Amino acid sequence: MADIVVNLEKCNGCGMCARSCPYQAIEMVDKKAVWIEDRCTLCGACLEACKFDAISGDIPSREVPLFPDHRDVWVFVEQHDGVFHRSAFELIGCARTLAADLGQQVVAAVLGDGVRDKTATLIHHGADRCVVVDHSALAYYQTCTYAHVISELISKHKPNILLIAATHLGRDLAPRVARRMGLGLTADCTRLSIDPDEKILLQTRPAFGGNIMATIVSRYSRPQTSTVRPGIMRALEPDEARTGEVVVEDVNMAECREFTKVLECVMNPDKGIDLGAAKIIVAGGRPMCSERGVSVLKDFAEAVGGQVACTRVVVEEGFLPVEHQVGQTGLTVRPEIYFACGISGAIQHKAGMDGSRYIVAINKDADAPIIEIADFAIVGDVFEILPALTKAVKEQ
Amino acid sequence: MNIVVLVKQVPNTSEVRLDPKTGNLIREGVESIINPEDRHALEAALSVKERVDGKVTVVSMGPPQAIDVICEAIAMGADKGILLSDRAFAGADTWATSTTLGLALRRIADYDLIIAGRQAVDGDTAQIGPQVAEFLGVPQLTYVRHLDAREDVVIAERVLEDGCEHIEAPTPVLVTVLAELNEPRFPTVEGMIHATSKHSNIEVWNASDIGVKVQDVGLPGSLTHVVRTFTPKEARDTQHLEGSPASIASQLIDAFRQREIRLGD
Ligand SMILES: Cc1cc2nc3c(=O)[nH]c(=O)nc-3n(C[C@H](O)[C@H](O)[C@H](O)COP(=O)(O)OP(=O)(O)OC[C@H]3O[C@@H](n4cnc5c(N)ncnc54)[C@H](O)[C@@H]3O)c2cc1C
Ligand SMILES: Nc1ncnc2c1ncn2[C@@H]1O[C@H](COP(=O)(O)O)[C@@H](O)[C@H]1O
Repeated sequence: MADIVVNLEKCNGCGMCARSCPYQAIEMVDKKAVWIEDRCTLCGACLEACKFDAISGDIPSREVPLFPDHRDVWVFVEQHDGVFHRSAFELIGCARTLAADLGQQVVAAVLGDGVRDKTATLIHHGADRCVVVDHSALAYYQTCTYAHVISELISKHKPNILLIAATHLGRDLAPRVARRMGLGLTADCTRLSIDPDEKILLQTRPAFGGNIMATIVSRYSRPQTSTVRPGIMRALEPDEARTGEVVVEDVNMAECREFTKVLECVMNPDKGIDLGAAKIIVAGGRPMCSERGVSVLKDFAEAVGGQVACTRVVVEEGFLPVEHQVGQTGLTVRPEIYFACGISGAIQHKAGMDGSRYIVAINKDADAPIIEIADFAIVGDVFEILPALTKAVKEQ
Repeated sequence: MNIVVLVKQVPNTSEVRLDPKTGNLIREGVESIINPEDRHALEAALSVKERVDGKVTVVSMGPPQAIDVICEAIAMGADKGILLSDRAFAGADTWATSTTLGLALRRIADYDLIIAGRQAVDGDTAQIGPQVAEFLGVPQLTYVRHLDAREDVVIAERVLEDGCEHIEAPTPVLVTVLAELNEPRFPTVEGMIHATSKHSNIEVWNASDIGVKVQDVGLPGSLTHVVRTFTPKEARDTQHLEGSPASIASQLIDAFRQREIRLGD
C-alpha cells in the first residue's frame, strides 16, 4: 500500500494535518508531522489540509457520483397499534430544517394497517406529503416485511435523505434496508445539518462511549440515511391550518418473504412514568441510595410537579427501577429543568441529559464535572439543600 | 449444529481518555478486549453446543493483533477461529465490514446459527448483525435476551422498547444478543495454552481468500466517511448560588421566575 510522506523542510509544524485527520494518524512530534501508518486509511484529508504542500502520497481517487433525481427529506414514521411514536414528530421537526436548507419537501412514510386516516397530525407537525402503505401484513412490525415495503418506496420515489428513529425497531429495520438498497447508514445521530457548500447531510454522532463526536457523510449513495436518537430533536408545535398531500401506495406483498413468526408480544405494564415528556426532572445519584434519599427526591419532585430520575448507580443499588435511568444506557431526556442531585456527571450520564434547557447541579464537590455543564450550581449537601428547596417551593 | 460467532476486538472504552491539549483519544496503554456483548454471544453459542451438539467457529475482522480475541474465544471453548486480516480491510464502515464478514460466512458455507453482539462499544452502531443477515439472505433476530435453539428452528425473546416479543425463525438465522442473556464463562488456563499452541485451529484469511476486490472493502469500499472528529464541548455559563440553604432556595425560585418558569403549581 502507498505511503504518506512528510517533507520535513516544507513542514512548519502548524498541525493542520493532525487536526484534520479523522483517524489520528498524524501526530506532531518536535513541531513536525509524523505519519502513523497503522491508523492511516489513506483518506487524503491531511493532503488537503496542508497549505505548504508538505505532505504527499498516493491517495486512491474515487469519483463522487451526482444524484440529480433524488429529492426530498423522508421520515419513516414509527407506529405501534396505529399510534405514532413520539420520535416521528421529532424527526419531522428536524427534517423541516434540512428540507428548508435544500429547498426540498418533507415526506412522511407511514406503514401500518388502518393508518391512512391518521395522517393529518403528521402534516400539522410539518410534513408536506404523506406516503401511506396500508396493509394487514403491516399491522405488527416484522423486519423483512417492513424492509421490503421501505425498499420499494425508495426505488420508486428516490428520496435524497431518509431519517429513521434510533429505537429498537428503527435500529432493526434501517441496517436491513441499507444493506438491501446499497445505502450508507449512520447510526444514532444526535445532530444533523446540511453542508452549505456540498449540500450533503452532515451526520454527527457520539463514538467511543461518548468520549468523542464524529461527523459522517454519505457521498456515494442515496438516500443519505441516518438513524436518529429519540429525545434529541425538537418537534414543532402543531399548526392545524397546514395542509398537505396524502398519497396511498400499493406495494406488491407477494414478492416479500417473511421468515419469522411472532408467537407472543408482552407489553410492560404502564409504570405511569414518561421521562421523555417531563418538563421538570429531579434526578438523584449515589448519595440518594437510601430510602431516605429516594423520599427526599420524591418530595421535591412532587413539590415542583416533576418526575424522578436517577443515575445507573441508583438502579444498580436497587433503589429505583430501570425506567428511571437517564444516560447512555438509559433514556435521553431534555426537560425544561433538570435537577442533578448528588450526581458526578459521568460522560455516560451527561449523554442522556445535556440537552436539557436548564441544568441545576447540587453537589458537595465544587469540582464535579456536572458543575461545568450546570446553569445553576449549588455546592453543598443535598440533604440540606433539597428539603430547603421543597419547603420554599411549597411556601411561595 | 454449526454455530458461527462474530467477535470484535475493541479498546476498553471505560479506560479511554482524551488528551486535554489536542482533544485526541489517548490510545497508548488502553487495553484491547473482546467487545463485551460478544462474550455473551460466545457463551450463548457454547451453551447451545453443549445442549444440541455442534461446532462453534469464531470469526473476527481486524488487524493482526485481533488474533488475541480469537485465542481467548478458543480458550473459552470455541472449536475454530478465523481472523480476517488485510491492510485492505482498514477504515471500513459497516457496509464494507458486512461485505467482508458476509463473504467469509459464504466461504464457511455450512452454518445454522450466527450470533453477534448487539453493538460494539467503539462504534455503537448495532448495524453489523442485520447487515450481515441481509447480505446472506437469512432472517435476523435482534436485541435477544433469551434464546432457545433447536435443530432447525430458533425461538427467541426480543426486548422491545416497552415490552418484549417471543419470536420464531427457521435456521439458518442470525441473532444479536444483549448482556442480560447469560453470564459468560472465563477462559481456562489449559484453554489458553491450547489456544496459543500450534495445535489450535486458527486460520487467517485475507482479501483474496474471500475473493473480494480491494476496492470493495476497507475505506475505498465504504459508503460513509468520517469527515471530522471533535470533543463534545458542553460547558455552560455557570451561576453559583451561595448562602444558607433557605437563601439558595429563594435565589433559585427567583432565577426561574425571571425566566418565566414557576416551580410548582
Ligand atoms: C458502558 C457504560 C454505560 C453507562 N451508562 C450509564 C447510564 O446510562 N446512566 C448513568 O447514569 N450512568 C451510566 N454509566 C455509569 C457512569 O459511568 C457513572 O458511574 C454513574 O453515572 C455515576 O453515578 P453517580 O453520579 O450517581 O455516582 P458518583 O459518580 O459516585 O457521584 C456521586 C456524586 O455525589 C456527590 N455527593 C456525595 N454525597 C453528597 C451529598 N451528601 N450532597 C451532595 N453531593 C454529594 C459526590 O461529590 C459525587 O459527585 C455507564 C457506565 C458505563 C461504563
Ligand atoms: N470487525 C468485526 N469482526 C467481527 N465481528 C464484528 C466486527 N464488527 C462488528 N462485529 C459484530 O457485530 C456486532 C455489532 O457491531 P456494531 O454494528 O459495530 O455495533 C458486534 O458485537 C460483533 O458481534
